[in-house]
Amino acid sequence: MTSGAIPASPTRLPTGSLRKETILPGFGLTLGLTVLYLSLIVLMPLAALVFASSQMGLQGFVDAAFTPRSLAAYRLSFGTAFVAAAIVSVIGLVIAWVLVRYSFPGKRLLDAVVDLPFALPTAVAGIALASIYAENGWLGAPLAALGLKVAFTPAGIIIALLFEGLPFVVRTVEPVLQDLDKEVEEAAASLGAGRIQTFAKVILPAILPAILTGFALAFARGLGEYGSVIFIAGNLPMVSEIAPLLIIIKLEQFDYAGATAIATVMLIAGFVTLFVINWLQRWNKRRGS
Amino acid sequence: MARFNLTSAVLAAAVLAVAITPARAERSMLNVSYDPTRELYQQFNPAFAKAWKEKTGEDLNIRMSHGGSGKQARTVIDGLAADVVTLALAYDIDEIAAKAGLMPADWQKRLPNNSSPYTSTIVFLVRKGNPKGIKDWGDLAKPGIAVITPNPKTSGGARWNFLAAWGYALRSSGGDESKAEEFVSAMFKNVPVLDTGARGSTTTFVQRKLGDVLITWENEAFLAKEEFPSDELQIVVPSLSILAEPPVALVDRNADRNGTRDVAQAYLEALYGPDGQRLAAKHFYRPVKPEYADAADLARFPKLEMITVDGAFGGWGAAQAKFFADGGVFDQIYAPVR
Repeated sequence: MTSGAIPASPTRLPTGSLRKETILPGFGLTLGLTVLYLSLIVLMPLAALVFASSQMGLQGFVDAAFTPRSLAAYRLSFGTAFVAAAIVSVIGLVIAWVLVRYSFPGKRLLDAVVDLPFALPTAVAGIALASIYAENGWLGAPLAALGLKVAFTPAGIIIALLFEGLPFVVRTVEPVLQDLDKEVEEAAASLGAGRIQTFAKVILPAILPAILTGFALAFARGLGEYGSVIFIAGNLPMVSEIAPLLIIIKLEQFDYAGATAIATVMLIAGFVTLFVINWLQRWNKRRGS
Repeated sequence: MARFNLTSAVLAAAVLAVAITPARAERSMLNVSYDPTRELYQQFNPAFAKAWKEKTGEDLNIRMSHGGSGKQARTVIDGLAADVVTLALAYDIDEIAAKAGLMPADWQKRLPNNSSPYTSTIVFLVRKGNPKGIKDWGDLAKPGIAVITPNPKTSGGARWNFLAAWGYALRSSGGDESKAEEFVSAMFKNVPVLDTGARGSTTTFVQRKLGDVLITWENEAFLAKEEFPSDELQIVVPSLSILAEPPVALVDRNADRNGTRDVAQAYLEALYGPDGQRLAAKHFYRPVKPEYADAADLARFPKLEMITVDGAFGGWGAAQAKFFADGGVFDQIYAPVR
């Protein structure tokens, strides 16, 4: 640490890049705390999970994790989470836009409503959505008249995930939109750009990383969401049975190995997806600069 | 600063004193049970505590935990220090004995009547006036009938439902297993929602008004009728059902560690006594000693023919392996057509 004042020399050993000198104090302490905390709270439980599933051997793992029923559950979980996150990214952008750009009576209230899904117990959300979208519910009845069944089908799962995912997108896009200088748009307009052009070429590139982050958060939430989904999903094997429910079902059958196998697949697939989204974001940033 | 330190020292000492002093000479025990027994034990526990106090002079604190039977068994296996378990089916307690070794494997022989102080059966709940004309199991497999039952994989009650349906199909087809399989397949094709527990299905049927018929515990059906306007629902008794025996057991290792074996054993035996039997009947469980129950309560139970798990399926172990294990009969119903 004493070498902090000396400018880094070009002859520094390659290992030096691991300990880049920083002028901010407290690096060692805070990094140590970060690693310790992440290990205790996040990594150790996950390591225990991987360890438990590794004990069954590769063949046993494959047999437990890739049955037709669990494959259907993965497809459903990832599919609905993806669709819901995509829809919520678009709607969330519009809502963030309205909240940032315009002022109108009741704006504060609307702003607070966006956060409700964070605060509401997920089971409450699930029960409320299920009773509204059931065939005799307020929205379910007119939809049923049109021949659309929402509750107790995969569409119902998407509805629940739309509800749970919304604040993630709004709250990540909002601050970035706020920081966006109006002058840039004015400049674009004065240089002859149309409204759509301004949006596509000026605004969107600036907020795209935030939208992607919001998408990733909503997607990750959707993968793991259990409480709100089981009430509206119908839970029929092969049709509307999400992967987290299948894990619970395995546990109820005292099949711990099967449960950890499915959980491990979810963990790895989820991690890879988030990693790819992070990478996309970085790639997008690099391209922008 | 000195005063602050003094205050906090006094406070700390006070907290410590409270923590160390036992809350009088009071022992506590934990009964881990399943969902529909909530109302029963709410009344039985104070009655037992009062009787215990009269007999020994000791104050008792009986704590309850309720949930799906399989989930409750799992939490006990994982270390919840239950002194006694009162679950929906013997298989769940078998698992506690086998997986965690908390009690001997022959636990079910230790108390009378397969360790079940009360029994129940499986009946149908239909809507006012029975608009779809549902009279027996055969009607549940007909097209256009929506049947509500929980998932047998997660719900103890649903396993009784499934076995009762199977028993009926086997009887009506003269013992043809493939016919029975066709029947339960057709019946489950009529199920729009598989809830994870019996209470969930009751809610789906009664409050969300989904489905034409709910297959459920007799006690749950009575309870639903009592909780909701009684003219909206009616009970239909099928021609054949199953004798459901929700067993109770002492969790030996936990009770010994907690020093509660004597009181836990007395608690279970009291379930067979006058108070326990009277309260069981009051809460719509069929008492094994009807002489202790009120005649008015007993009159509510319809007479019907019942098969038993041991008699028709060779016990829970065999039934579980054949019907509900991975790749078993239930999974075949939902297996993709290749």
